[in-house]
Amino acid sequence: VSVPNAARSAAPSTRPRNLAWRDRLKRRLPTIGPYLQALPLAAVFFVFFAVPIALVVVVSFFGYETYRLLIPAFTLDNYREVFSEEVTYRTYVITIEFCAVTWVITVTLGFLIAYFLVFQLRSRTTQMVLLLVCSIPFWTSIVIRMIAWIPLLGRNGLVNRLLLGLGVVDAPQEWLLYSGFAVVLGYVHLYTLTMIVPIFNSMVRIDRSLIEAAVDAGAGTWQVMTNVVLPLSKTGIAIGSIFVIAMVMGDFVTVDVLGGGQVASVGKQIATQLSYLQFPPAAANAMVLLVAVVVMIALLMRAVDIRREL
Amino acid sequence: LRIRRPPIFWALAALLGVFIVFLYGPIATIVLLSFQGPEGGLVFPMNGLSLHWFVQLFRPQPIGDIWGSFDRSIGLGLIVMVCTVLFSFLAGLAFRRRFVGSTALLYLVVASLVMPSVVVSLGIGALFEMLGIERAWYSSALGAHLTWTLPFGVLIMFAVFNRFDPSYEESARDLGARGGQTVRHVVVPIILPSLVGVALFGFTLSYDEIARTSQSVGALNTLPLELEAMQTNATTPVIYALGALTTAVSLVVIGASLAAVLLVRRRRARFGSDAGQAA
Repeated sequence: VSVPNAARSAAPSTRPRNLAWRDRLKRRLPTIGPYLQALPLAAVFFVFFAVPIALVVVVSFFGYETYRLLIPAFTLDNYREVFSEEVTYRTYVITIEFCAVTWVITVTLGFLIAYFLVFQLRSRTTQMVLLLVCSIPFWTSIVIRMIAWIPLLGRNGLVNRLLLGLGVVDAPQEWLLYSGFAVVLGYVHLYTLTMIVPIFNSMVRIDRSLIEAAVDAGAGTWQVMTNVVLPLSKTGIAIGSIFVIAMVMGDFVTVDVLGGGQVASVGKQIATQLSYLQFPPAAANAMVLLVAVVVMIALLMRAVDIRREL
Repeated sequence: LRIRRPPIFWALAALLGVFIVFLYGPIATIVLLSFQGPEGGLVFPMNGLSLHWFVQLFRPQPIGDIWGSFDRSIGLGLIVMVCTVLFSFLAGLAFRRRFVGSTALLYLVVASLVMPSVVVSLGIGALFEMLGIERAWYSSALGAHLTWTLPFGVLIMFAVFNRFDPSYEESARDLGARGGQTVRHVVVPIILPSLVGVALFGFTLSYDEIARTSQSVGALNTLPLELEAMQTNATTPVIYALGALTTAVSLVVIGASLAAVLLVRRRRARFGSDAGQAA
């Protein structure tokens, strides 16, 4: 998804002034056109996004009992519970670790692959076909893509057989599946594309003459990459990072399939509470998660001005 | 014309090659395993070659409601696709002009993209719980899916209309077309390939959605949720057969969308505008 430029959309049409009197009259009158056009979108996001998120805030202060899911109240008990339990800190440490490792791997892969596609390939067709090849899995099932790792990484899986056959190890490796390793592998598998695409978008916009100038000034490939391309792809890197961080911080599906109950992340903890219909503690937990994500995104936004890209 | 490639080209080409194998390898594995013989298990080696497990898919299963969830996922995907195309297109038209609250609305849409899905899911679940409305795939889950597909649709439309030359509409108007006619005969045909793209996002993202569906779907599951539930106690390659089948559905939809885009482009190249060629 390319990120559009808002400033241009508001550009006034350039019509001869004498022909445009009717338009000017129309513009004076309050137009309801755009409001009607935006109404379905606004309605969906009001009912299914703004209100639910506000409700999460409210519910996080509610009380609950086993057979009454939501008891209107104003209590800080849910938050007290979140912050007093040791498991909260443990899951946050694990989740942030996953986030950091996944980020380092995806940003490196994403940058190198985007760089290859944009600056090393000369044919535009090859470029687009390869980008498409990388994108197609994005439109297929996340669950299947995660389940697909099981016959590879399991105790009797292909990787273990290969390692045993080659004599690298002398017993099946248990840490390959249902482990932090498997979860991070799953994240890299799912989210590298969300890095590639925004970085690719930033890179195509880089003026080629800057690269030529750097080369003429004696820069080698490595120097061009680190001193010219890298700073100019900062926005793409930031957008990709925001996606990856948001996805990993809130994930519970990958942790469920590839962590197999051995791994607990924040998202998984919330999902577990929800499966017991404990809405208020889950909501308090979700609020803490949300604040954590917002803080991380805000730090990234400080590093680069993303609004310029929107 | 042969230009010598620097070593870094080959290093990065190899990296991309490995990445593509990494991307497609696992799914290829389970497709292969789904063709095992009747005695086959969940892992290699292959134990014969047959369509046994695909046939099993059509028999009553001890676990799960495969076809019910499949039908719901397809139905929901189609509804979400239509809503996503329609709402994003209309919003795209709206965002071309400035209106009160346009920035706020756009921020809301972008926020939905980066909002952890578990929070959205929880909020929608709580909303229906408080209102005392039964959660179902066609109500709460439909809304949850739209919060995920519409941001993609709106951002695509945003990009499209940024590049849209308004003089096409002006000439249509000068030739006497009304607003509706301009949209139908000028705007829609020009941006058709992008609308196909939005439809692709709408259907596939909904068809495969799981995180936002989990708390909003109610009693009857969609296919991804059914699959997640199945994988914890799957003992036969039936689950791989189902995985292969649902991947095939996605691939057919992706293929059809790409074919449609290419077709429109080719038609355009052949019958395209002859403006300026008369002289």
